[in-house]
Amino acid sequence: MAGLHKSEFTNPVINWIDTRMPVFTMIQKEYGVFPTPKNFNYFWNFGALAMVNLMLMIATGIFLAMNYTAHTGMAFDSVERIMRDVNYGWLLRYGHANGASMFFIVVYVHIFRGLYYGSYKAPRELLWMIGVVIFLLMMATAFMGYVLPWGQMSYWGATVITNLFSAIPVVGESVVTWLWGGFSVDNPTLNRFFSLHYLLPFVIVGVVFLHIVALHITGSGNPLGIEVKGPQDTLPFHPYYTIKDSVGICVYFIVFAVLVFFAPNYLGHPDNYIPGNPLVTPNHIVPEWYFLPFYAILRSVPSKLGGVMMMFGSIALMFVLPWLDTSPVRSARFRPIYRILIWVLVLAMITLGVCGARPPEGIWVVLARLATAYYFLHFLVLLPLLGKLERPLPLPESISRPVLGGGPLPGGAMAKPMEKA
Amino acid sequence: MMRTAHLFQARLFPFAAAAFAAALTLAAPARAEEGEISYPKQNWSFNGPFGTFDRASAQRGFQVYKDVCATCHSLQQMAYRALSGIGIEPSAIAAIAGSVSVPALTDDGQPTERPALPSDRFRSPFPNDRAARAANNGALPPDLSVIEKAREGGADYLFALLTGFRDPPPGFKLGDGMNYNTAFAGHQIGMPPPLHDEGVTYADGTKATVEQQARDVTTFLAFAANPEMESRKRIGVRVILFLVVLTGLTYAVKRKVWADVDH
Repeated sequence: MAGLHKSEFTNPVINWIDTRMPVFTMIQKEYGVFPTPKNFNYFWNFGALAMVNLMLMIATGIFLAMNYTAHTGMAFDSVERIMRDVNYGWLLRYGHANGASMFFIVVYVHIFRGLYYGSYKAPRELLWMIGVVIFLLMMATAFMGYVLPWGQMSYWGATVITNLFSAIPVVGESVVTWLWGGFSVDNPTLNRFFSLHYLLPFVIVGVVFLHIVALHITGSGNPLGIEVKGPQDTLPFHPYYTIKDSVGICVYFIVFAVLVFFAPNYLGHPDNYIPGNPLVTPNHIVPEWYFLPFYAILRSVPSKLGGVMMMFGSIALMFVLPWLDTSPVRSARFRPIYRILIWVLVLAMITLGVCGARPPEGIWVVLARLATAYYFLHFLVLLPLLGKLERPLPLPESISRPVLGGGPLPGGAMAKPMEKA
Repeated sequence: MMRTAHLFQARLFPFAAAAFAAALTLAAPARAEEGEISYPKQNWSFNGPFGTFDRASAQRGFQVYKDVCATCHSLQQMAYRALSGIGIEPSAIAAIAGSVSVPALTDDGQPTERPALPSDRFRSPFPNDRAARAANNGALPPDLSVIEKAREGGADYLFALLTGFRDPPPGFKLGDGMNYNTAFAGHQIGMPPPLHDEGVTYADGTKATVEQQARDVTTFLAFAANPEMESRKRIGVRVILFLVVLTGLTYAVKRKVWADVDH
């Protein structure tokens, strides 16, 4: 249905544009008055933080790409030139490299928030699944970005990870040759990785947009895990959550600044300051810290194909999580057993991360296998069973009237009869 | 009303933060173990958030690099002009560069040499890796531009390596042309002990012991790998001070905005 929009903005310029293309109305609706549960804790900052982080990565990345040379013989030197000769090049590069680490920290907390408070449950399954797609895209982007400086870990990390595809029966070897654009990781590989590393972030932007569209249909979850019952349960997004997110963004920038300015190489590997050399294999090839848990899952299976399937399976599992968890209660706060198991899962992931950084021998193999076993047990066995076995605590009546607090109802609440949660 | 929720946040959040911090710290030293060798921590002038390069030490270290290391090791990422970062005057830099010849072409395209300019990169001792190996018993002396960042342990490792040459312990099988070193992985290193007492003569009268030279050249190499470090830390201190104030103000505004909300 075509037709001009009836804009309520009084500024004549804004009104003129808004009448023809109601973007201002949309922003006002989605980020101004958007009704948001009033009981968010600071875990609900991390979506906004991820958004800020994505923008920073794109901004620093665009300027790095202006000074980077995607060629096996020049890439390493061009990065050093950025560090030494480009004005504030060190800030761009350290900001981008540590920005990747910050991005994963933020997204891991964001995912943990989703797991803890059951954000993936109906009606937010699709929202969650789109999030898993973003996570996969992030992993691909980060992996290819790490290859670009063409240090030893770049080269050998690329070799190890691309070789995973050789585990595919029958066509594996051909697939790897096709991915490489040759018979080893070489200049064609570097060139396509650079191209894709520049492309994928914009794909992420698109999928993030879908993530937010889905979010604004279902509305946000909240720490109580019960649905909003009426206007007494919500606040307009602005100014309440714009300011609360701003507090989180400030703290996030402090952590980020400590890394960039005082420990810029703390999370990196020294070997990546050695130019990539196909003739010298590093003693231990390790990925960046944020891939270590998945790397540990990969290595804890003795068969190559099995390991690859377990590693990809550990993430694929996330797509069906909304149906694996059979409990109707969202928030772990009201699930006494799940509330313990989620911390066991966190412990398993940390164990996997530690094991992934160590050579696969002795106790580290045993620990990694135990943690891997728990990871799959948690999602495939415990979650489906728990929904049937666990006795959840009584849920609050509504966000503005939790069951434990008592206290009078706010004025608006009486206008609307409340349904049982 | 939501007192339980607040208690809960207060309990949960530090726990989660601590878990992530633990994961990060556990994952990082995990790599230090790989080398099986520990390097005693040294008290470097450039350590810490306010650390700077000790100018005198770094300049002496440059002399050690120039007189000793540069015989075999290149420093190809660094330009002569970067020496201003350790307090060497522009005229002195021009003289240092001018004393080196770099490859060039004549107007009719014949290979020739010209004196280096401050904007030139440090001239490498060998024209290519193969020539470097041929002159060094098959071993390739690594480029030293980022060596401080390219080795586990950084400056502490470099110092331990340079002062770690010993006679091999009895029963240790040392390869032909190899040298025993306490800090090097496997303890066999192709490089012969490069530093000797009074091997260089310092212009400032500092006694040139092996340890002193090792300390000085390590300071210089730490500068070579991180020429931006001083301005990075200086900016960092200001950025963090600014952010702390901004966080305080933002939190105050948040409290004010939320003051009338029952939550």
